[in-house]
Amino acid sequence: MGRAYKVYAINNGTVIDHIPTPLALKVVEILGLGNEGIFTIGVGFQSKRLPGGKDILKIENRILLESETDTIALIAPDATINIIKDGRVSEKRIISIPQAIYGVMQCPNPNCATNKLGAHRHFKLEDREKMTYRCEYCERVTEIIPGNLTAPE
Amino acid sequence: MSSFKGRDIISLRDMTVDDLWTIVLRAGEVKAGKHIGCLKEKTVASLFFEPSTRTRLSFESAVVKSGGSVFGFADPGSSSQKKGESFSDSIRTVTGYCDAMVIRHPVEGAARLASEVATVPVINAGDGANQHPTQTFLDLFTIYEEFGRLENLKIGIMGDLKYGRTVHSLTHAMALFDAEMVFISPPSLKMPSTVLSDLSEQGISFRTTNTPEDAADMNLDVLYVTRIQKERFGDPQEYKNVAHGYRIGKNTIAALGKQVRIMHPLPRVDEIAEEVDATPNAIYFTQAHNGVPARQALLGLVTGGIS
Repeated sequence: MGRAYKVYAINNGTVIDHIPTPLALKVVEILGLGNEGIFTIGVGFQSKRLPGGKDILKIENRILLESETDTIALIAPDATINIIKDGRVSEKRIISIPQAIYGVMQCPNPNCATNKLGAHRHFKLEDREKMTYRCEYCERVTEIIPGNLTAPE
Repeated sequence: MSSFKGRDIISLRDMTVDDLWTIVLRAGEVKAGKHIGCLKEKTVASLFFEPSTRTRLSFESAVVKSGGSVFGFADPGSSSQKKGESFSDSIRTVTGYCDAMVIRHPVEGAARLASEVATVPVINAGDGANQHPTQTFLDLFTIYEEFGRLENLKIGIMGDLKYGRTVHSLTHAMALFDAEMVFISPPSLKMPSTVLSDLSEQGISFRTTNTPEDAADMNLDVLYVTRIQKERFGDPQEYKNVAHGYRIGKNTIAALGKQVRIMHPLPRVDEIAEEVDATPNAIYFTQAHNGVPARQALLGLVTGGIS
């Protein structure tokens, strides 16, 4: 039997589709949505593009900034972002990985000043194709590992 | 040329070829007797959060020789961090006492963090395994003094190429001057592939070998030797076997050609035989001494005493 709905439609806010399962909760974490407003998550939908399944995240009454949606590209580069206003799609946003990452990625080097001396996490894009970033402090180059992404500092 | 006055010196990655030339040429002028008193009425803080001999003493000598005064500590036990003060607060405090600060710290990125909270220029004197830019400045100055140029030299770099920050920085710098390079190391301590792929992308010619004799056909201008550390090997016998093959003697120099100059950041343990010291090929003590004019020049530049 078909279902009437999968994830409630929203009137205003941001819809993030094509997040690889099960990373929707990680997206919630890196956007720092935990204690903020209403969002609904659907996990494990079938997807032609994502054989392992896709997640959907709908955030009500909040239009994400481009800097926020670009951060999503770190773990879901093929995610589609729709901005909804008055029940209609007002913007289909193209995302690309950011030139710099602040706060949301922990440096994998345990002897880095960000882990030892309280320096604020800051990476700069090193290689867009390889999706590698260089830590501004210890200068180590790292690949994006979803496990190293956390809530913003 | 960008101005040096007020500038932090944290990483070789922040330096252009023009910057390196400025430091090398000013170091030569200082050594020739110019810029006397360039740190007059300047106070430099020397903050060594881990022990160091050559770097600290040469910085302190540089300040005194240029007419400045220096204060600080030589080990972290003497700092108020022992009482629980944060690193950033220590720097925020000391920045009000001095005109420039020199920092060595075991944590990678400590000098960068210090430069963000200090209001005076910060010079990185080594941050963990990351950067030690002033070592590279004095290496470049020594090479320039010896050959009269920095471009298109043939350089062999030998020893622990996997973990040595000195050799990574030197490789980065020499690539800016189109050097032809050979990396000589035991297989377990090879130059990291990220460094090698950077060189390939820059179109720099290099090769890797296991022994210095393998580079005999290159007519090397410089063989830069670094220490192979015992603690990198689990088995002491394996260390002995490996280290034996990386000991430079007169026979190595004969194989590489009389033109070769031997450099070493020191301390040496036994990777260069003492018989080499008296040969014209050995320039490692001159190199160590050059730390003083190179650091005088740098301190003069960042404090405005040298323009």
